[in-house]
Amino acid sequence: MTVLDRFYKKDRSALSRIISFIENREDGYLELLSRIYNISSNSYKIGITGPPGSGKSTLVDKIAIRYLEKGFSVGIIAVDPTSPFTGGALLGDRIRMQDLASRGEVFIRSMATRGSGGGLSEATREVAIALESYGFDIILIETVGVGQVELDVAGLCDSTVVALVPESGDSVQTLKAGLMEIANIFVVNKADREGSGRLVSELRLMLESRGQKQKEGWILPVIKTEAINGVGIDTLTDKIIDHRKHVENLYTQSGYREKRVKSELITILDRKIRARVLKELLEDNSVDSYVKQIVNGESDPYSITEKLMRKITI
Amino acid sequence: MEQKFRILLAKPGLDGHDRGIKVIAAALRDAGFEVIYTGLRQTPEQIVEAAIQEDVDAVGMSILSGAHMTLFPAVMKLLKEKGAEDILLFGGGIISEQDAKKLQEAGCGRIFGPGAPTQTVIEYLKDTLPGRRKRESIL
Repeated sequence: MTVLDRFYKKDRSALSRIISFIENREDGYLELLSRIYNISSNSYKIGITGPPGSGKSTLVDKIAIRYLEKGFSVGIIAVDPTSPFTGGALLGDRIRMQDLASRGEVFIRSMATRGSGGGLSEATREVAIALESYGFDIILIETVGVGQVELDVAGLCDSTVVALVPESGDSVQTLKAGLMEIANIFVVNKADREGSGRLVSELRLMLESRGQKQKEGWILPVIKTEAINGVGIDTLTDKIIDHRKHVENLYTQSGYREKRVKSELITILDRKIRARVLKELLEDNSVDSYVKQIVNGESDPYSITEKLMRKITI
Repeated sequence: MEQKFRILLAKPGLDGHDRGIKVIAAALRDAGFEVIYTGLRQTPEQIVEAAIQEDVDAVGMSILSGAHMTLFPAVMKLLKEKGAEDILLFGGGIISEQDAKKLQEAGCGRIFGPGAPTQTVIEYLKDTLPGRRKRESIL
């Protein structure tokens, strides 16, 4: 019996091995993905993002518990950063998920970014496909602690929750592009701290003044939570359920699913092609000779790029 | 891509002293490992379930409470029951040489005592882990 056979029989250790196989990009992983990919999967993907220390893991923990109480199965992917210097990573999101970790219906997988800069790892999308195929009703995806431009999660998930804390910044921060634009739901966590009321009203003001109070017919809510005490979690979960209805409605409209599938396909192709072309162009370590030319003042990065670009023919 | 080894670090039982395990976690991270730290007061069941979900190559436990002769065998037994005995179990803490020897004879990996240099732990894992997990055909 192969690991995939055991996976279809709902063997959790097989799911785990399959995730590693995908994450490590082992030979045959694309074939595996094509076998388990299911366009009409019923899993619903919820992304939780926000700056470091905004309580994402604790929010994931509490949201997951609410879904379990409603009878759903839950799979979680928690991403933490890989060191660009050593390649190592410390994955600590499970610490905040103690209540969950011992429950049989939950599967938690920690992932390191392994060089990807978008707040997720490159394989997160594909690992989510494995969780979908395994049959989890709800998939929660927690990003690394983000700044302003790590926005991959929004392209992957059906609902994106942006968690902020009272210390997240003033009204100018709420006006900036990026993170503030990907939320379907805003959460002001640690709401017992000073300044939470001010942040909530600044967010609401920003949404109104930008005419962004509504996005595709969805009114962006701002919810106060104290995740650690369980305060506001019911309201948040209800809002996620409302948003799900909204998204499912969008899916029935022509063009919405196509738009998402198009961006998915282009993302996958882009990564593959980039890796392949770079490998071809820089084979036999010619990169070192280019570096030498630049350092010796014989050439510059732009001439070399132009020269190499001319080699690409399709 | 060079192979990434994943290590689960856990503190089982009731002792709340996590300074040592955090030093090990940081050292392993700096040596290029992916370290999953699960925090304090873990039961053997939680540790083994996490090890399986995270598909780790090794589990490291730190025990300063004196309960090591119960906790190490409990985790080893559960790993075996789940068919995951190819995951290396190693550890450290206030553990006498006699006890460490007994645990290693029973199938446990190295047990490091106080003052063990982090480099020794890193080298031990780099020597022991390659090729250790059983390979099954996926497709």
